Amino acid sequence: MPLKTHINAEDGRQDMRITRDFDLPVELLFRAYAEPDLVAQWMGTNVLKLENKQHGGYQFETSDPQGNVVFRAHGVVHEFRTNEKIIRTFEMENTPFPAQLEFLEFEKRTDDTSRLTMHVIYRSPEDRDQILKLTFAQGINMAHNRLQDTLGKLK
Amino acid sequence: MKIRRDIFQAIADPTRRAILTLVATHAMTPGAIADSFDSSRQTISKHIQILTECQLLTQELSGREIYYHFNPNKMKEVAEWLMPFAKMWDVRFNKLESIMKNHQSNKK
Repeated sequence: MPLKTHINAEDGRQDMRITRDFDLPVELLFRAYAEPDLVAQWMGTNVLKLENKQHGGYQFETSDPQGNVVFRAHGVVHEFRTNEKIIRTFEMENTPFPAQLEFLEFEKRTDDTSRLTMHVIYRSPEDRDQILKLTFAQGINMAHNRLQDTLGKLK
Repeated sequence: MKIRRDIFQAIADPTRRAILTLVATHAMTPGAIADSFDSSRQTISKHIQILTECQLLTQELSGREIYYHFNPNKMKEVAEWLMPFAKMWDVRFNKLESIMKNHQSNKK
């Protein structure tokens, strides 16, 4: 099944765009970012803080079944316009990755469909590629079967 | 397609995938890689050799030590290397979509 999420990351640049079309009215899509209990559900993380307003901040924390914290991230909110856009920073704690800047734009397509565009700016092209490399390595295992399919077609 | 099949064989092995995962975070010496596994140095060395031959790992000489780097460029030739990143977001967004659809129908 083709992915509904499109990544545009050009070589040598320090930004990327993540675009996704949803079968959801834009109001519902936006609520998934605005309400802490909904964010927690789809992100699969605990939402310790979510102040969706200018000068606000947020904090996420994920624990494994034994209760050890395996992921912590936080950021500040620069702009929050309902059903339109969120501008915020994002930083993973206890990792060498520097903070990144995120521009999230919510667009109505039809009454029942919407589009989210995330424009993410990293500190350097190397920092961006480092994130991609890490995900790539983690993804090797799960991407393995799909690679097999792809390669099967190339033969 | 000979080379591509070699890359596929290289990543088909779980130990070699584990080596790639390790080295992707930072460049490592063969000794440091071997120390992360229970297998013998000789076995790990053979795996590193295979990964290097198909250019998934590249070597860099620093002083008297050889460091191995992960080379994602090579993977681009085989399949879209952004795929896992896109997949990660796609899974997340699918979840968002289904949660919000339920949310919507519960409200009706």
